[in-house]
Amino acid sequence: MQISGAQMVIEALIAEGVDTVFGYPGGAIMNVYDEIYKQNNFQHILNRHEQASVHAAEGYAKASGKVGVAMITSGPGFTNAVTGLADAYMDSIPLVVISGQVPMSLIGTDAFQEIDAVGISRSCTKHNYLVTDAADLARVLKEAFYIARTGRPGPVHVDIPKDVTAQIAEFDYSKPVELETYKPHTKGNPRQIKKAIEAIANSKRPVFYLGGGIINANAAYEVRDLVHKTGIPAVETFMARGVLAHDDALLIGMLGMHGSYASNMAMSETDLVIALGARFDDRVTGKLSEFAKNAAVIHVDIDPASISKLVNADYPIVGDVKNVVNELLELCSKIDATKYELWRETINNFNELHPLTFHEDSERIKPQWVVKRVGELLGDDANISTDVGQHQMWAGQFYPFSRPRQFISSGGLGTMGFGFPAAIGVKAATPNKTSINFTGDGSILMNCQELMTAVEKKLPVINIILNNNYLGMVRQWQTLFYDKRHSETDLTVQPDFVKLSEAFGGIGYRVHTKEEFDAALKDAVEKDVVAFIEVIVHRLENVMPMVPSGGSLFNMMLLEKKETK
Amino acid sequence: MTENSERRVISVIVINEASVLSRITDLFSGRGYNITSLTVAPIPESKYSRLTIVTSGSVRVIEQITKQLHKLIPILRVYEHADLVEKEMALVKFPISDNISDINTLCEAYNGKIVNVGENVIIAMVADEPKRVENFLRVIKRYNPKEIVRSGAVALER
Repeated sequence: MQISGAQMVIEALIAEGVDTVFGYPGGAIMNVYDEIYKQNNFQHILNRHEQASVHAAEGYAKASGKVGVAMITSGPGFTNAVTGLADAYMDSIPLVVISGQVPMSLIGTDAFQEIDAVGISRSCTKHNYLVTDAADLARVLKEAFYIARTGRPGPVHVDIPKDVTAQIAEFDYSKPVELETYKPHTKGNPRQIKKAIEAIANSKRPVFYLGGGIINANAAYEVRDLVHKTGIPAVETFMARGVLAHDDALLIGMLGMHGSYASNMAMSETDLVIALGARFDDRVTGKLSEFAKNAAVIHVDIDPASISKLVNADYPIVGDVKNVVNELLELCSKIDATKYELWRETINNFNELHPLTFHEDSERIKPQWVVKRVGELLGDDANISTDVGQHQMWAGQFYPFSRPRQFISSGGLGTMGFGFPAAIGVKAATPNKTSINFTGDGSILMNCQELMTAVEKKLPVINIILNNNYLGMVRQWQTLFYDKRHSETDLTVQPDFVKLSEAFGGIGYRVHTKEEFDAALKDAVEKDVVAFIEVIVHRLENVMPMVPSGGSLFNMMLLEKKETK
Repeated sequence: MTENSERRVISVIVINEASVLSRITDLFSGRGYNITSLTVAPIPESKYSRLTIVTSGSVRVIEQITKQLHKLIPILRVYEHADLVEKEMALVKFPISDNISDINTLCEAYNGKIVNVGENVIIAMVADEPKRVENFLRVIKRYNPKEIVRSGAVALER
């Protein structure tokens, strides 16, 4: 059929089954917004900043497992969105981000709101396109969705000049995607899989090292099966929280810089690392030369470039982790699950020696208590987003996650300002779950304009601000490694968070005691409107335990037995 | 890392489309890889181009380079050559003096000749293995070359 480029964008989104688009209009994308106005097939959520649109699309994608879609205009609209693209790229989140561009005749003339968008997004997207002819739009958009969701997922950026959205051309979305240069390898090599099974059967102290790729591949329940059938204990990365349920006896905990002592010790003592969809990030491994020093490594990943990038894999398996785990499940009768009894006991001893915990304080609420308490009160009923900093680590450490896609956080890029818009996207994707955003007094101000979005679209995100009047994580490093020179991290001067929320039409609570907190959370859940719950927490609490940057996992700073106030 | 850095030649077959070269050079600069030389030209009667990249790095880095290149969507194939025929061309401009025959003889030894003669300058061409081209350029220093241009290497697997 002959339609305009702008209509093609709408038709493509409908054909892809998109039900929610996050975005912000502007000059170069107006033709498309005109078509959005005329249609009723999907909802458009107007964020109040383009960065928030992309983070919301990320939250939506992570909670739903579908491709998230954001739409923005050229120039500043696009540059505002770049942080979101980079965030999605680092965390392998499938997105299609469509930006307007100045008309083709003006490209290269330093026109109003012109920027070389594909030049900028090249290094922070899985792929990008500048569409120069409307006749290409069907193919490009179809490829964009396909590339975003297949292989190692990631963001794809499509830049469309304004005259291309006005151009009339033939549109046929039925043609299958033909990309001869892009064929992700999804099936693991059977010989390697057999070898891996033998390695597992011969190992004495194996550990599953579970990564976020398991969640991307929708393989969490298969992985649970594999862990239970083999009886091999498992550590999770921050991105893999929820792959195993928090009360799973074989879950040791989270590993890495703020992982539990037992997890990091298990990783240091193991003779076989079984990495599933994990990428040996520096926040996980600590000092590379000391990481799992005496272990052989099985590495299953969809991305060949992740294998042997940092840690040499003795058993590399390129493939979709779900396929490979299913293959492993078929062969795992060879593994004697009772064999690791002693090893599991050793790990339990590590855990008893230095359990993951914190010390209560009689005067002020401890931030960790807040996280635990939300877990007790809401547990599985809530999806948890976070911003970036101390609160983020506490959420990762102390929330009792019970399922995949329950935890949404900015892991790789570490983007402050991610949490609130992401939680809006999460709420849009999963309206029947309470959407909680754990945030800090630093992070929340980096996208607090999203109060307006949440109010307008009735997306009642509950933001729990753990307020310590500090840029807490940086303050912690300054305390520990910069001789307590708290340079520019004191956030004593603050807005009134209650009034801030109210000014937008949300509700706000300031909480000093545990009783007040329980009451505020209960009230916020019932009221069903966007909320700020500001919790005044202990100012100088540190995230513990901790592997100092570049240190070895077995060399952790531990929680002091008796903390001084 | 204490791993030894090695010179390697990598050939890349790409779809000949807009910005494909930037994707490749951005990858090298963004990840801190070396480019010693890079040549690119379309493959006749096809929609592809062939790049020859001379780079250096440890075994691990070279492996990463080939894997990361392969991840780029418009890249069809990446060859890391082991056994190859490698050639490079150089053009050199000399002031005309009484040494023309010496220069010509030298060029011939390096698969080259004098390709242009002007009023004040001559231009000589050689085409040989990169190491030999380097050697040639060292030897002709005494004839006071005014300008030198090298093409970068091209290579084919044996």
